[in-house]
Amino acid sequence: MKEKEMEKKSYERPVIKPLNSGLMNKFGTRTEYTPVTHIDGVSVKSLIEEYGSPLFVFSERKIRENIRDAKRIFETRYPKVQFAWSYKTNYLNAICRTFHQEGSWAEVVSIFEYHKAVSNGVPPEKILFNGPDKTDEDLRISVKNDSLIHIDHLDELYRLIEIAGEMHKKPRVAIRVNMDTGVYPIWDRFGFNYENGQAWDAINKIMAGDKLNLIGLHCHIGTYMLTPSAYGIAASKMADLALGIKRRYKKNISYIDIGGGFASKNTLKGSYQLGTDAVPDISEYAEQIAGSLLNAGFDTDELPYLYLETGRALIDDAGFLLGTVISNKRLSDGRRSTIMDFGVNILFTAFWYDHKVSPAQEFSRFTEDTVLYGPLCMNIDVIRENVTLPPLNAGDHVVVHFVGAYNITQSMQFIALRPNVVMIDLKGESHIIRKAETMDDVERNERIPAHLENFKL
Amino acid sequence: MVKIKKNIAVSDTGFLFNPMTGDSFSVNPIGQEIIRAFQEEKGEEEILEEILEAYRVDRSTAEKDLLDFKKMLAHYKLID
Amino acid sequence: MSKASYTIAVTGLNAIDSPGPGLAVIRALREASSFDVRIIGLSYEALEPGIYMHELVDKSYQVPYPGAGQEVLFERLKYINAVENLDFIYPNFDAELFNYIALSGRLKKELNIRTALPDQEQFEARHKSRLFEFGSEHGIKVPFARPVYSAGEIPAVAAGMGFPLVVKGKFYDARVAYTVEQAMQHFNKISAEWGLPVLLQEFLHGSEVNVCGAGNGKGDTLGAVPMRKLYITDKGKAWAGVTLDDEKLLEITAKLVSATQWNGPFELEFMKTREDEYYLIEINPRFPAWCYLAVGAGQNQPEALVNLAMGREVSPFGSYEVGKMFIRYSYDMIVDIKEFEQISTVGEL
Repeated sequence: MKEKEMEKKSYERPVIKPLNSGLMNKFGTRTEYTPVTHIDGVSVKSLIEEYGSPLFVFSERKIRENIRDAKRIFETRYPKVQFAWSYKTNYLNAICRTFHQEGSWAEVVSIFEYHKAVSNGVPPEKILFNGPDKTDEDLRISVKNDSLIHIDHLDELYRLIEIAGEMHKKPRVAIRVNMDTGVYPIWDRFGFNYENGQAWDAINKIMAGDKLNLIGLHCHIGTYMLTPSAYGIAASKMADLALGIKRRYKKNISYIDIGGGFASKNTLKGSYQLGTDAVPDISEYAEQIAGSLLNAGFDTDELPYLYLETGRALIDDAGFLLGTVISNKRLSDGRRSTIMDFGVNILFTAFWYDHKVSPAQEFSRFTEDTVLYGPLCMNIDVIRENVTLPPLNAGDHVVVHFVGAYNITQSMQFIALRPNVVMIDLKGESHIIRKAETMDDVERNERIPAHLENFKL
Repeated sequence: MVKIKKNIAVSDTGFLFNPMTGDSFSVNPIGQEIIRAFQEEKGEEEILEEILEAYRVDRSTAEKDLLDFKKMLAHYKLID
Repeated sequence: MSKASYTIAVTGLNAIDSPGPGLAVIRALREASSFDVRIIGLSYEALEPGIYMHELVDKSYQVPYPGAGQEVLFERLKYINAVENLDFIYPNFDAELFNYIALSGRLKKELNIRTALPDQEQFEARHKSRLFEFGSEHGIKVPFARPVYSAGEIPAVAAGMGFPLVVKGKFYDARVAYTVEQAMQHFNKISAEWGLPVLLQEFLHGSEVNVCGAGNGKGDTLGAVPMRKLYITDKGKAWAGVTLDDEKLLEITAKLVSATQWNGPFELEFMKTREDEYYLIEINPRFPAWCYLAVGAGQNQPEALVNLAMGREVSPFGSYEVGKMFIRYSYDMIVDIKEFEQISTVGEL
C-alpha cells in the first residue's frame, strides 16, 4: 500500500487563470515562490512540529553577522564608534544579550526599557536614555546611576537642572536635535530645532547653569531612511554644533549620537522596487556620516565618539515567522484568498510592509494571484493584499521574511494567544526565548468584582 | 454533467482559447487533465477517482479543489 | 576588414499610443552602417507589438517585471545569453533602469554583455524629486519642486507654490492641478500607481522643447538633437515634431553633460518661457521614443553608443539637419493566435 502511494504523482490543485492581456502593469508580478524549507539548516517542518504554528524564529548567526558587519563598516571609516542596541526594536532578553555580547550598549526610551537593560546586566553608565517621557523619579534614577540622559524638551531640561541641584550631582547629558536634512517631512516633534536656534537656546541654558555636564549631542532624523546623504547633512550639522560649543565655551563634546533609521531590506508598501534592490547598504550610510565628521574640522585628538542606535537594519532579516495555511477560499470576484494561522495581531508590520512570503515546500511553475488573510475575525486582518504564490493546500507551511524588527515589541494579545519565539544558535540548536502565552498569563492581572462573579444563563 | 463549451481546446503548453469570447487562459497540468476529462463527458465522481488513483492526495482535498475548479470554469464562462 | 556583427537585446517594444523607445532604437541599430545586428526583443507583456514585428525583431523573450527584483532578472538574462550570446543590452523603460544600472557591472564581468548607462550616482541625482537641487548645483534653471509623502502635506506645500501646479509621479505621469482638492485627487491616483514620493512642481507657461542625446562618460556630448513637439496626443506624447536650430539649448545640454560626465543616452525636457528662458523639467536616462528623428537628421546615436561600448573610436557628431520632421502613425498587424500562445506560455517567440 505504502509503495503504491509513492508511485503516485505529487498533487497540485487545478488552476486556471486568465492571461493578462492588459499592457504593462507597472507594479508587475512579484514571484516569491522559491521555496524556503530550512532556516539555518533546521527544517521548517521540524520546527513547527516541535514548537507549533505560528512560530517566530530568530537566527543568532544572522544577528551576530549583522552587528559585526555594521561595526566593521563603521570602524574602517571612523576611529571611534560605539553601537547601542535600540530596545524598542526588539527587547526580548535573549536578543538584547546577543547584542550586548557583541559589545553594544543599550538605548532605551522608557523607564520600563531602562530597567530591562539594567536587569540584563548593562552597566547603567552605558545606557542612553532617550524619549520625551521621563518622570522626575525616572530622572533621579538615571542621575544616581550616571546614565546618559538625552534631553528632549525644555520642561525636561528645567526639571533635570532642579533635580541635579537637589541631588548634588552633575548628570551627564546630551540634547536631542532635530533639523532639515533635505528629507521630508522633517521629524521635528522630538528634540530642539537646529535651524531656528532652539538647539542653541538649550545649549546656552545648560552651559550657563553649570548644573549639567553636556557631553553629547543626539539626533534621529527619521525612520526607514532611503537617502544616505541625509545622514551626511545631519552629521555636519551636529559637528557644526559641537565645534560651536568648543568655540564659545571651550568645551569638547565627547560624542555625537546619530541615532537610528537605517532601512532594512523589507519592501515598503507603495514602493515600486523590492527592498532588497532599493535599500542602501549600511556602508553608504557610513560613508556619508564618517565623511561629514572627518571633514568637519575637529582636531584629530578631539574627534568625538560616534554613537549609533541602529535597530531595524540589524535585526529585521534575522527574524522569520513560520505559519500554516488554514484554508483556501474563492472570493466573489474570482480571486483566490488564503487564510493563514497568523494575523496582524502578531505581524503588526504587515500594515506598512509587503512582507516577502515563501512557501516552505516544492512547487511547479504555476502560480496564482492570492490575497493572504490572517485568522482573526476582523476585516483589517490582511497579511498581503496581493501576492503571487503557487497553489497552497490547507496544512502547507509558509515562511514570512524580515519580521525581526518591531513585531515582537508591537504585537498584541488580541483574539488569540501569542506563539512561541525560538532562536537557532550557532550550532543549529533551537531554544525557546519566549514561551507561548497562556490563558493564565493573560488573566493573571484581571480582577472580578464580587457582584459579577456568578450568573445564570 | 459538466459540459465544456464547444470549440474550446487546451494545448499541451496549457494555453486555452475561447473562440467565442476571445479570452485566453493558462491552465496547469492537472487542470488540463480535468478539462479533457469533462470534454470526454466523464462524470465528476469518475474524474475524482482518477485523480485519487494518479496523485498523492486525500479525497476531501481533491473534492474541494475539483469543486472550486468547476466554479472557476463557470466564472470564466467556459461551461454551458 | 569584414563588418562586425553584434547581437543586441532591446526592451520597450510597446509601440502603442504612448510608445516605448524600443522600436525606434531597433530601427536605428538596423540602419547602422558600421555593424550588422541580430535584435533580441525583451518584453514584459505578451501584447507588446514589437514581439510580432519579425522584420525588426529576430527573437523575443519575456522578462520578469522590474518589481520581481534584480536576481530574478539576472537569472533570466543569463538564460537568454546562453542561447543568444548577447553583446549589448539597451534598456528603455524608466522603471527598469535602476535594476539594469545595478546589474551593469555583473553583466559585463560575468556575461560579457555591455551597456551604455549612467552610473547610480548620476541616475539618482537626476531623480525628479532631486532635480531642483541638481539644477542649482550646476547652474541650470529648474522649476521649484517638493516631494510629498502624504496628501496631508499638500495644502502647506501648495500654499508656498501657488496654483496651478503640476503633480508628478516618480517614474511617469504628470497632471496639472488648479485647487488643493484636485492636487489631492491626482496625488492619490499617481501614488497608487507609481508609489511615493509624489512631486509637486511649480507650473510654468511656455512651450516644451526636448533634446535627444548621448554622452561618452568623460564629459563630451557625442550627439544632441533638439526637437519641438508639433502635435501632442491626449496623453501628452509627441505625435509629430521638428528638429530645431537652437544654440542656447545645445549649450545648456553640453554644460549639463560636461558637469555630470553623463554616460549613455538621455532625453532632456525643457520648458522655454516667453522670456526665452529655459527651465529643465526632466532628465530621462534613456533614449526617447522619438529618437529615430535624430537618426533621420543625421545622428545615429544608438549606433554610436554601441561602438563606444565595444571599445571603438567614436567622434562626436558635428551637426544635424534642421527642419526634419517626424510624424508618427499607427498600423494594424495581422497575427495568428498561435504566436500569442507561444509568447504567453513559453515566454519566447
